[in-house]
Amino acid sequence: MSAVNASPNGTPKVGVYVCHCGINIAGVIDVTKVVEFAKTLPNVTVAQEYKFMCSDPGQELIQKDLKDGKIDRVVVASCSPLMHEPTFRRAMAACGGNPFLFQMANIREHVSWVNKEKGSATEKAKALVAAAVRRVVFHKPLQKTQVPVNSDVLIVGGGISGIHAALTMADAGRKVYLVEREPTIGGHMAKFDKTFPTLDCSACILTPKMSQVRAHPNITLWTYSEVAEIEGYVGNFKARVRRKPKYVDEGLCVGCLECIEACIFKKGKFKDEFNVGLSLRKPIYVPFPQATPLVAVIDPETCAFFRTGKCKQTCAEVCERKAIDFNQKEEIKEINVGAIILATGFKTFDASRIARYGYGKYPTVYTSLEVERLVNAAGPTGGEVLLPNGQKPKAVGIVHCVGSRDEKTNRYCSRVCCMYSLKLAHLIHERTGAEVYNFYIDMRTPGKGYEEFYDRLMKENVHFIRGRVAEVSDWAMTPEEEGKLVIRAEDTLVGAVRRIPVDMVVLSVGLEPQPDADEVRRRFNISCSTEGWFLERHPKLAPVSTFTDGIFLAGACQGPKDIPDCVAQAGAAAAEALAMIDRGHVELEPNTAFVTEEFCSGCKTCVPLCPYSAISFDTSKNKAVVNGALCKGCGTCVAACPSGALQQNLFTDEEIFNEIEGVVKYV
Amino acid sequence: MTYVYFPGCSLTSTGRGYHESLQEVCRALEVPIQELEDWNCCGATSYMAVDESKAFALSARNLALAERLGNGSTQMMVPCAACYLGLNKAQHYLQEFPAIRGKVDKALAAAGLAYSGRVQIRHPLDIFIKDIGRDKIAARVAKPLAGLKVACYYGCQLVRPYAEFDDQHNPTTMETIMTVLGAEVIDWPLKTRCCGGSLTGTIEDVGLRLSYIILTEAQKRGADLVATACPLCQFNLECYQGKMNGRFGLNGKVPVAYFTQLMGLAFGLSNKSLGLNRLFVPLPERRAVAAGGGAHVRG
Amino acid sequence: MEKWQGWDKIQYEAGLDPHFGTKIASIPGGDKLLACIQCGTCSGVCPLSPYMDYTPRQIVAMIRAGFKAEVLSSYTTWLCASCYSCTVECPKEIKITDVMYAVKRMAIQEGVYPKRFPTPVLASEFFHSVEKTGRSTESWLLVRMYLKTNPFKMLKQAMLGFNLWRRGRMGVGVESIKRKDELHRLFTAMENETRAERRAGQEVRP
Repeated sequence: MSAVNASPNGTPKVGVYVCHCGINIAGVIDVTKVVEFAKTLPNVTVAQEYKFMCSDPGQELIQKDLKDGKIDRVVVASCSPLMHEPTFRRAMAACGGNPFLFQMANIREHVSWVNKEKGSATEKAKALVAAAVRRVVFHKPLQKTQVPVNSDVLIVGGGISGIHAALTMADAGRKVYLVEREPTIGGHMAKFDKTFPTLDCSACILTPKMSQVRAHPNITLWTYSEVAEIEGYVGNFKARVRRKPKYVDEGLCVGCLECIEACIFKKGKFKDEFNVGLSLRKPIYVPFPQATPLVAVIDPETCAFFRTGKCKQTCAEVCERKAIDFNQKEEIKEINVGAIILATGFKTFDASRIARYGYGKYPTVYTSLEVERLVNAAGPTGGEVLLPNGQKPKAVGIVHCVGSRDEKTNRYCSRVCCMYSLKLAHLIHERTGAEVYNFYIDMRTPGKGYEEFYDRLMKENVHFIRGRVAEVSDWAMTPEEEGKLVIRAEDTLVGAVRRIPVDMVVLSVGLEPQPDADEVRRRFNISCSTEGWFLERHPKLAPVSTFTDGIFLAGACQGPKDIPDCVAQAGAAAAEALAMIDRGHVELEPNTAFVTEEFCSGCKTCVPLCPYSAISFDTSKNKAVVNGALCKGCGTCVAACPSGALQQNLFTDEEIFNEIEGVVKYV
Repeated sequence: MTYVYFPGCSLTSTGRGYHESLQEVCRALEVPIQELEDWNCCGATSYMAVDESKAFALSARNLALAERLGNGSTQMMVPCAACYLGLNKAQHYLQEFPAIRGKVDKALAAAGLAYSGRVQIRHPLDIFIKDIGRDKIAARVAKPLAGLKVACYYGCQLVRPYAEFDDQHNPTTMETIMTVLGAEVIDWPLKTRCCGGSLTGTIEDVGLRLSYIILTEAQKRGADLVATACPLCQFNLECYQGKMNGRFGLNGKVPVAYFTQLMGLAFGLSNKSLGLNRLFVPLPERRAVAAGGGAHVRG
Repeated sequence: MEKWQGWDKIQYEAGLDPHFGTKIASIPGGDKLLACIQCGTCSGVCPLSPYMDYTPRQIVAMIRAGFKAEVLSSYTTWLCASCYSCTVECPKEIKITDVMYAVKRMAIQEGVYPKRFPTPVLASEFFHSVEKTGRSTESWLLVRMYLKTNPFKMLKQAMLGFNLWRRGRMGVGVESIKRKDELHRLFTAMENETRAERRAGQEVRP
């Protein structure tokens, strides 16, 4: 059997290059022995070693031999193909070779990093090289295919990350669909009063961006909406977006709020989600005065008309523009986009999971997000820090690391809590004059101006006690503790346990993935880390890409992040998406499945198995047909085909059998 | 199903009232129990401090003897919190660490014993609520403890680190039972705080201080008495009250009874059969209780 | 206040035991000790920490750093009442109560616990009485402990003993199991196993 169409004189000429990878490989494997062995293998015309094959001089070794006609196929024995296969393929293509006449033997991750014994490691490396050489002889000179890219973009999530990505893309002239689940965009940032470390007003910097989104000709904003389904592939996605009824026509409503005034509920009666339950709203409401779009929403769960059918509909009566529409139905919008940016954000840790801190038991124990609303001028208390009894606290304890750095809840550091705790300490101290105690394990303030802010807080006489809080409870040991909450913790720098009576406790809750993160991950066919955060393609070199081409990540859905990092990442995601779109086309890897028609019996086994709906059935010919653009090369159909009609490029039977034989024969 | 009853050393001496009332209550509720024949010390807290493997061997002998009695699923009733912890700890370590398991297996074999890990170690609180059920307990109540305010006190080793029948931070099984008996329960944060354990006997100042903190807090919250489920807790909280009075100014006296004694009272059983005559601080007058006039703490 | 004596507080490496930490960490599941972040939760939840010379957190730090002499002779472990609060609350899931037990065992083996301190004496007496009879007899246990620590205190406790006896809560006899030979065989086999492990160098546990 011979498959040597790239070797003009009929015999394949294989070059074998063994990499030292510094001492990563050469420290364990006897590289010279592997080279000597490679020279003895059939079809090998060149075999040599080099310190770093991935470096320019390393690549040039290959290119020179190719140009000199000494070789026409290449085996590099080095690291994982995930790392450098693209590098070597590019090097081959750059000097006119076909990049698919290439095979990598992974002697680093699979050998030197996991074997300590030199002799057996060298033997294993030889076996892998033998396998690669036997295999590469059967490689075909494949060609990449190109498909055009749709230049529209879908951005999921309208927090600061989604907003920034949307504006960046829209300013670059792309058409953007921004989909947000809540009635308004703004996300968590809209709930904050000030931002650290500069203490600039959150609303002042966010709301202009929110109105820009609303006004931008290139942005279609769909709030109260969710992406229901995604199909297609990089450059050519099809999305179905479910738009929930607001029962208020967005085109007609001008946000005059008359309807809310007119509601038969004279006062708010239901927990206000935007104020995290600290105030009450009516069944018809806008989340906050700068909500975007500024359109009223009717909550059918609480609206008397929807619940009983009996209501005077005073809201509809009062609306001059006739915007209220009780018959509004859910709508499904279908859109085609080339790229998707996920910016679905986070949720805060449920503090009641740590019983010792008394959240839900003592009414003066708050979460940090609740306190963000208390200190917000537009919040339920108009920015005053008031306890349920209407009084200002005289002493406040801020408990760090609630739901972070803890094997029982979340192992990771939530990264933002130290800084926002400092900010809240400052604001509480400023608004109430209270003594403020921060209980921390380690202060983590890496960031521009962050350490300086910590320094400022210390000078403001805010107390810092290094010790994780053991318990918050209401049993008193001294007269001063009567009627107060007592925080018990070891002051580890002093080496003594302290009991500190306070009027208010703030639990600095950590950040967690959204409760439906796993569902969303499946819908978009991307991966999650063990904690549930969306997984980037590479932690350092591809931090906003995913393993699914054309889908990018921005903000805290990828991991805990503060506002500057979210915005930076959103910009990066937008740039990556733009780069992909502006190329105008995407190249598809040729490792796709193909049908050998004379063997296909038309049994259709493969058709329903394909996870990407890439196989259709040609009824006129009675044969299966693979759409190369949709095929991701997973191999499911190949394994299932009873007649062997389905094969996959780069994984043909002869390639795989020869690779196996290479290992087995050597061993 | 018969429960294999493991009393433990304390229930034969300072905790005799627990021993007596538990048996009476089981009889009243028709819970069949059979004392484990020739049981030995569980190993307890002190043993672990000297020789860990022998402590496991001690527990293993009890478990092996118990397993021999049941047909593959022995339920062992262990009222003492220290025994409950000691036996559970041995059980967990035998399961988790093969090295310990191998060692203990060999030692058991030398004594003609074997243990395959099939004994379930359970506290009476767990059995009463999960197996017997509140309805059956309620049906047995003849003289409700109306007007009596009870502080349910679990102590430490009953809920930490192994108890799975209730919440570690805020257990409520005892409260459920007391409510069924007609008593009122107080909400307090110290129900799983340590009473001082054996420190009352060794480093008295410290041990008494811990017991004192618990008693005063129960008093402050208006409790007429403290209900316990551990012989050492009961002993510490009750028998040293005179000293706590002198040293820390404990205000008056607080009755401390086993939860089983209170169950027996509500079932209408006699004081003597429940070992109430063994208490240092007598319970509030039953007449007052029955009349619903609120109980008072005797000074 | 003590007179100033010019204490040299510096700790020289030569005075430390570099293997102390790993030895304590070799108890079952003990490797988590090495991941301690010194947050102080253990000390904070500990009801006894106010009475200790070093807080539990400090003990963990000293164990890791090799302060063997200081740890073994400290009162801290002997104040531990084994209430397991620290074990349950530790964010790194360190079994601190078991670490305390390991320290106690090592201190008893090496005979360096604080002299005439009642807790280690009680532990040893308890151990020996159970080894002999299979059960503990609370009355005799306390008597022996007081004799070895502070006989005068026993007189002070006489009234409590009398009151307990009067209510049938304390006997004068010695509790014992029937098949003491069975227990004896069990213990002997256990000792042999431990010796064999030591010989094979497997038992590094304190």
